[in-house]
Amino acid sequence: MSDGAPLLSLTGVNTHIGPYHILQGVDLEVRRGGLTMLLGRNGAGKTTTLRTIMGMWHASAGNVRFDDADITAWATPDIARAGIAYVPENMGIFADLTVRENLLLAARSGPIDDARLRWIFGLFPALEKFWPLTAGVLSGGQKQMLSIARAIIEPRKLFLIDEPTKGLAPAIIANIIAAFSELKKSADTTILVVEQNFLFAKSLGDAVAVMDNGRIVHTGAMAELAADRDLQHRLLGLHLDQHQ
Amino acid sequence: MILSGDPPRGRTLALLLTVIFAGLALAPFLFPGMAALNVAAKICYFVVLAASYDLLLGYTGIVSFAHTMFFGIGGYGAGLALYNFGPSWSSIAVGTAAALVLAVALALVIGLLSLRVRAIFFAMITLAVGSAFAILASQLSSFTGGEDGRTFRLPEALRPGFQVLNSPVAVNGRVLTYYLVFFSSLILFLLMLRVVNSPFGRVLQAIRENEFRAEALGYRIVIYRSIANCLAAAAAALAGVLSALWLRYTGPAVTLSFDTMLDILLMVVIGGMGTLYGAVLGATIFVLAETYMQSLMAVVSHASLPLLPRLFDPDRWLLWLGVLFVLSVYFFPFGIVGRLRKRH
Amino acid sequence: MSAGKTFKLPARRRDIAPLLLVPLLALAALPLIGSFSTWVTLTLAGVAMGMIIFITASGLTLVFGLMDVLNFGHGAFISIGAYAAIVLVPLVSGLMQADSIAANLGALMALIAIAMLVTGVLGYAFERIIVMPVYGQPLKQILVTVGGMIVAEQLIIVIFGPVQLVLPLPTAFRGSLVFGDVAVERYRLIAVAVGLVIFAAMLLVLNRTRLGLLIRAGVENGEMVEALGYHTRRLFVGVFVAGSALAGLGGVMWGFYREALTPRMGMDVMVLAFIVVVIGGLGSVGGCFIGALLVAVTANYAGFLAPKLALGSNILLMALILLWRSRGLYPVTRR
Repeated sequence: MSDGAPLLSLTGVNTHIGPYHILQGVDLEVRRGGLTMLLGRNGAGKTTTLRTIMGMWHASAGNVRFDDADITAWATPDIARAGIAYVPENMGIFADLTVRENLLLAARSGPIDDARLRWIFGLFPALEKFWPLTAGVLSGGQKQMLSIARAIIEPRKLFLIDEPTKGLAPAIIANIIAAFSELKKSADTTILVVEQNFLFAKSLGDAVAVMDNGRIVHTGAMAELAADRDLQHRLLGLHLDQHQ
Repeated sequence: MILSGDPPRGRTLALLLTVIFAGLALAPFLFPGMAALNVAAKICYFVVLAASYDLLLGYTGIVSFAHTMFFGIGGYGAGLALYNFGPSWSSIAVGTAAALVLAVALALVIGLLSLRVRAIFFAMITLAVGSAFAILASQLSSFTGGEDGRTFRLPEALRPGFQVLNSPVAVNGRVLTYYLVFFSSLILFLLMLRVVNSPFGRVLQAIRENEFRAEALGYRIVIYRSIANCLAAAAAALAGVLSALWLRYTGPAVTLSFDTMLDILLMVVIGGMGTLYGAVLGATIFVLAETYMQSLMAVVSHASLPLLPRLFDPDRWLLWLGVLFVLSVYFFPFGIVGRLRKRH
Repeated sequence: MSAGKTFKLPARRRDIAPLLLVPLLALAALPLIGSFSTWVTLTLAGVAMGMIIFITASGLTLVFGLMDVLNFGHGAFISIGAYAAIVLVPLVSGLMQADSIAANLGALMALIAIAMLVTGVLGYAFERIIVMPVYGQPLKQILVTVGGMIVAEQLIIVIFGPVQLVLPLPTAFRGSLVFGDVAVERYRLIAVAVGLVIFAAMLLVLNRTRLGLLIRAGVENGEMVEALGYHTRRLFVGVFVAGSALAGLGGVMWGFYREALTPRMGMDVMVLAFIVVVIGGLGSVGGCFIGALLVAVTANYAGFLAPKLALGSNILLMALILLWRSRGLYPVTRR
């Protein structure tokens, strides 16, 4: 697993939603291993980028390559089966299904692997306690944990995660940061996270990409961006350690 | 067109509409005989009925299967008034007024319901309500005449025996009734055209296109939809009054049946939703087909192959219209009018 | 994992209020009706009819819940099921005329099997040819499926003629069992049994199989199910076919219930099925079951107490339930 070809690359991706031209030529490369943060103001097109990768919206121009395959025109289920797990902004929890059933559904190849489940319970103890209950009774933070748990229930090559900490209490956020650190330690895991919480971004991100107006306006190492307050201000319009 | 500034926009379309208008305006003189006049009158009030449905379906985007209920209310209003209070103009007035009040009131109730439930729920509910109303009408037989309906007489000026002119052409009460129906239909149609081209109409279309946006822009959807509902219901009720006057009869099979509901749905869709002119074309085609296609089919049906006669049995004209309907939803989403206007 | 402090789990919110509706209604009707034996007859008739309506409506609610497709042509499959069965009656006439419940059941099963096969296949064709091109466009869907229904009904008339056809009950299904004052019609008991079997089977599939899991999840959030790697399209086609087959089954049962077939019979039942689906909550099989019982039992009580208001009573029922719960008894939580 050397630096060779990027695991995921978007080239000149344009996406239209109805009459709106949201993505206006996105060029993005995500290397294997490590965690890439996708930052940007509201409305910059971050969620649209993830959804385009996932095939929920199809690029009107440009292409998306994943693991040496051109997935631009693929259907969402095929993209998922190629090894991409998606944790959407609204978590996508099936509220009428139990926690167990939510995870069972995510475990495509059959029954849930016991060791894996133990690991998940270690990261998110609440899930073990709520196991037989319908997911609708979980709190916001617990739902987020379930959503992440669903993504990691089986090994995947790439995780797309949309604003995991949105609306969550700091204690829960700490929990999730810990979970992601753990996740990063597994070899063969590449993560692309859309976030607005810079504390989260700073503590976990290896690489960073910044979006504005439907384009990528900056890429580089997270450490660089974290050290350069002027750059932060220019790209994101504020000092990031204020924005928590 | 005259009041509203909404021209046909399309030469073929304008030509067709002119032909239809001329045909209807001069029907008693161009096509002698009661049968032809019947067809012409039917086209007139169905144009109004179909246009009122287009107002609902094409302009406001509301799918309702209870529309014939209002048609029936109009028919029964005028009909029962003439039946119970005697053949006079005041009976007609009273009956029409009562029908309008009832229709608008019901439309308001249904409209309010539509806001509590999703659009598709609403369609299903109207189907149920329409059926229930039809059954109710045939069951309250002492009042409505049940399945058989009511026949009644018209005021003297409208009766066949009333001769106005003998030459150069025979003009009797029937002809007068026809022109009453014709001019009323014309006025109602032009009024509807005016409504959909007014600021109110444009807001309706905006709501149809994108509800959230319209609401965000500050338009109270509730109010607009309710008004649209009421206008459509009122127009349908008036169409019902006209049908009663012409047929000198009112009954559930003619006004309230699901078949009639399907008929106007077909008319509006095949003609072209959201254009009002589509209702004119649709109603004309439909009524002509219903009357004359049957004779055509009777000819084919006497051919020799086994199933063919039954496929072309004159009563099965609805089969072919149904096929045409499905095809037009796929291939002519804007109906014939859309095709003629060469829209995408 | 973490021993130590006891954790208070939130109580499982069981929504039992709707479950009480049918018993309450039945109890309320008893004093109004007066005679116990009449009450039993009416209630049983209602339950039997309710089962049949449930069978036809269940497919409708899942199809809508799963893919927002409202099939106004559903009634056609009900009719087609019944007419397919009547074509086969001569072939099983021996079994049908035998005075043995077993033989009659065998005949019924055969008729049902054929009806379901025919409507299943036609359902597949209908979905591919008529419904698929208009995905995501609710207005066109309604129009196109209504069109399909018109054409189907006309074709039935072409093939079978416009008049009513008689479908006599198998010998051992006729008549009633008498318990003292109370007469209980045999066929109604059979209908109830069939309905319960179908309901149990559906609950089993939905709650204990992966397929059922997919359907329940898909009804809630189809997009997320796709993001988890499942082709919801194929799932949907399967459910559509199953729903059409169930409609066919319902058609056979309904045909025997009325002992007559008319080309419009499917549409008549479909109106009731729509009411049931609205009452039960789009996408909920349990709601559909309760809704069907409510509607049928109400219709039967109203038919006895105030015949002119029978269908109107269902509208009233629907209005009341929507006032109580504006999305139906058990609305499926959506996104």
